[in-house]
Amino acid sequence: MFLIERARVMIADNRKFLWLGYALLLAALVLLPFLLSGTVGRTWVRILDFALIYAMLALGLNIVVGFAGLLDLGYIAFYAVGAYAWALLASPQFDLHLPFWAILPIGAGVAALFGVLLGAPTLRLRGDYLAIVTLGFGEIIRIFLNNLDHPVNVTNGPIGINKVDPISVGGADLTRTHEFLGIDFSGVHIYYYVLVLILLATIVTCVRLERSRIGRAWVAIREDELAAQAMGINTRNVKLLAFALGATFGGVAGGLFASLQGFVSPESFVLLESIMVLCMVVLGGMGHVYGVLLGALLLTVLPEVLRSSASPIQKALFGDVYIDPEALRMLLFGLALILVMLVRPTGLWPASSRRVSSRAQTNK
Amino acid sequence: MLLKRVITMAIFGLMLVGCGQSEQSEDGARIVRIGHVGPLTGPISHLGKDNERGALLAIEEANQANVVIAGERIRFELISEDDEANPQKGTVVAQKLVDSEVVGVVGHLNSGTTIPASKIYYDSGIPQISPSATAIMYTHQDYETAYRVMANDEQQGKVLGDYAVDTLGAKGIAVIDDRSAYGKGLADEFQAAAEAAGATILTREFTDIAKTDFTAILTKIKGLNPDVIFYGGMDSQAGPMMKQISNLGIKAIYLSGDGTQTKQFLVLAGDEGNGVYASSPGLPLDQMAGGPGFREKFKQTYHEDIQIYAPYAYDATNVMIDAMVRADSVDPEVYLPSLKSTDYQGVTGQIRFDERGDLQGGSISLYRVSDGEWEYIETVGGGS
Amino acid sequence: MDIFAQQVINGLVLGSVYALVALGYTMVYGILGLINFAHGEVVMIGAMVALAAVSMLMTAAPEMSPLLMIAVAAIVSIITCMVLAFSIERLAYRPLRNAPRLAPLITAIGISILLQNIAMIIWGRKYKTVPELFEFDTHIIFGANITDLQVIIIGVSAILMTLLLLVVNFTKLGRAMRATSESQKVAGLMGININKIISATFMIGAGLGAIAGILVAGNYSVAHYSMGFMLGLKAFTAAVLGGIGNLGGAVLGGLLLGLIESIGAGYIGQLTGGFLGSHYQDVFAFVVLIVVLVFRPTGIMGERVAERA
Repeated sequence: MFLIERARVMIADNRKFLWLGYALLLAALVLLPFLLSGTVGRTWVRILDFALIYAMLALGLNIVVGFAGLLDLGYIAFYAVGAYAWALLASPQFDLHLPFWAILPIGAGVAALFGVLLGAPTLRLRGDYLAIVTLGFGEIIRIFLNNLDHPVNVTNGPIGINKVDPISVGGADLTRTHEFLGIDFSGVHIYYYVLVLILLATIVTCVRLERSRIGRAWVAIREDELAAQAMGINTRNVKLLAFALGATFGGVAGGLFASLQGFVSPESFVLLESIMVLCMVVLGGMGHVYGVLLGALLLTVLPEVLRSSASPIQKALFGDVYIDPEALRMLLFGLALILVMLVRPTGLWPASSRRVSSRAQTNK
Repeated sequence: MLLKRVITMAIFGLMLVGCGQSEQSEDGARIVRIGHVGPLTGPISHLGKDNERGALLAIEEANQANVVIAGERIRFELISEDDEANPQKGTVVAQKLVDSEVVGVVGHLNSGTTIPASKIYYDSGIPQISPSATAIMYTHQDYETAYRVMANDEQQGKVLGDYAVDTLGAKGIAVIDDRSAYGKGLADEFQAAAEAAGATILTREFTDIAKTDFTAILTKIKGLNPDVIFYGGMDSQAGPMMKQISNLGIKAIYLSGDGTQTKQFLVLAGDEGNGVYASSPGLPLDQMAGGPGFREKFKQTYHEDIQIYAPYAYDATNVMIDAMVRADSVDPEVYLPSLKSTDYQGVTGQIRFDERGDLQGGSISLYRVSDGEWEYIETVGGGS
Repeated sequence: MDIFAQQVINGLVLGSVYALVALGYTMVYGILGLINFAHGEVVMIGAMVALAAVSMLMTAAPEMSPLLMIAVAAIVSIITCMVLAFSIERLAYRPLRNAPRLAPLITAIGISILLQNIAMIIWGRKYKTVPELFEFDTHIIFGANITDLQVIIIGVSAILMTLLLLVVNFTKLGRAMRATSESQKVAGLMGININKIISATFMIGAGLGAIAGILVAGNYSVAHYSMGFMLGLKAFTAAVLGGIGNLGGAVLGGLLLGLIESIGAGYIGQLTGGFLGSHYQDVFAFVVLIVVLVFRPTGIMGERVAERA
């Protein structure tokens, strides 16, 4: 971490180096999926796709939890809303097949609406009361999705909606393999690039937001709501905006998930998922865009690494598989969460200013 | 962003250790990989493990029998993956199996993960036989790679609905489902069949796979006084439910599907389980040629009883191997047509597929609990 | 039979268990301001250990009286849970006492995952049946059925809750706990060993949780390594509904949540003209929670916290 900070400072000293750095980064991003599929298989490109989607989710939740300090335990609801919006508008369910550029804003809009819907009645709640209400909200959304097959069938209930349209450009289905410049791009590769583009846009938005008036207002509310109000911040609107924006990102991520999977069902939107996204935010470094990004990538990739290494490691160490590899994988995952928090309570890569403020927060 | 690169590089290192096995086993036989997927962690992991064991047993038997395909001795290897009953993980492990060049997949367990994964197998031309996904949608996607060795919800629901009305003489029926794809599917088909046969559905109640308290819905049902209570769901809930039914003094006949027709149900329900009716696809294991032997062997190998679907996973694996032997090839493209024309005598019944990949004329057997044991009543349907 | 009376009894039985578990959440929250996400898992361990102890006794000493058997099992399970809770607090929460508020929440989630999987490795993936040690009779009051076991559940919960209230309000330990929850710093200056008090709080909560686990397992006659999660979640909801940090509130919240759930599931169909069925049981419970919190942001019995604490 320290080295990278140093490198950043060095690079920032010289604009030429900065451009070189960006170019290298871009090249790495472009080549990464081929590197992965060439060495360890296409699975890892797919895992990377999901990691990018989770990164988007974590960045969205970071607005609510990290910037504005509102603990949300039902964030996955917005992801669900986005995914189902996409699935309903582009699948044989109602025989609607809207193009992606139409659905994406609709899904984002609907998710934002739900964000406000959640935010409005809970403005007066603090801390853990807010946490339980948001948790309840997440469950309510999931339960409705799971049960809206009766009396009128909207979502197919627990069976889910199948054959969701992928993103298609000029009639070309992006989940299929296409040849471009003589290279075969499989579906997961193409989605990787789409997701990287959208994620980059998300990152830019987040960084700009953080430095804007609104971003500073969020931080003010997080640190001291009463003082923020006294300084003339309209806390109600600013909080609602945090909920709405966070939800929008969740909605977009949900739509992309639905289109990549081609199938949505309520099982993908359980409480555990909300908790995982929260873990990404906190583990990475609450309120710090790059930290959160790191948390999201780590927590999606780590279980998969453990999945493929749980039995080989046991075999190497003890000569045989003693503990069920699946149980061991989850065991190590739980252990990792605990250890990281114990060693770095502010997250792996916290925002530099947060260290000071968080200390102040605990001594209430 | 730089960090991301560092991390992914680190992953390469880790991953590469696990890769690069040769295609030959030590004794010179050719290694052929078959995939298996089910939830191995989480609330229904006991069922996932059960399936895995069924598949593993079939693989071990095939290896002992020294199967020869295209002049080469074959050593089968099972690559078992955990989908956590989560659709997203389901597609990741499906892709992983495709990457590790499996020639076929036995799985997944839940319809919710089977359906999205089937697209990946279809795109890669890899045959998939699910031992337990019963949602109708799975085989209605026009994927020629998707098969199942279990009667779907429609087939079983129809038999159960007719049985409730014609044999049990039910006029008023209360239906409960557990809001899983399986429970809902079965309950829906049961309800349709029972109504068509002339019964009235008094109420449709719902629970959740994470719940153990059903007193509220059962009390409501008691007030409606049904002749039959139908439950679409699994044994781990039907067991406690029976106790609560008895505590509340409900006298209606309890009827359920294959998720309940298990040894575990008998253990969980205890004395209160007596008099319960349930169905199970195929013929009773004890009436099949290899049935009792399979049950014994399973118990000997794993020191635990069969949960539910292990025999189906066992059959699914054998059907796949059988197709390879008949086609004299392990190439998915080559043996897929012979999978279609399967006519295999499994421990769960005669296995033939229709043009969709569903079990042809899947017969359904009915059972009743008396003195704490499942007692076979009759087998309905089945064209064999 | 009177359906409504039956639903009330169903709700009371369910609610007593929620209340017992909710006390564990609310005690820890009252003192540390921490959501102890792992508490549900402690309840699960309590049920599993008791079950293991009973089955061991049944093979080792089959002539032992069932009452003695269950007593021994309960003591073993309570002690195990107390040791477990003590270690959790010592290892995963204490080092983070001055860390940002969400850090211990993540370690709690980590502990929860850890415990579930350890339980899975030890006790396997199968649902475990609880052996029937006693014959329970069914009684009819107000036209509703109630079994001996259900009476015991309500009774044991009521006794334990009263005991806890007595301890907290009238003993030296209780006074120290209350002082610590007001202000750790000041309590420390007054000569209270804060670490000891916090450990004691965790252990008392875990003991109650262990008993709740045994009661739940006995009532439904199943135990499973995943049983703690939902139960913990419901109990936490109950604690918030009553006003988290308030013992009386946890009891009230638990009972109320139990009643809402059973009456909700029984009558929601009639209330909504058949549009919503029993699958909206949990929605009903959460909507009530949200409505209560909108009008009383700190729960039913929660103290009105001044804007500046």
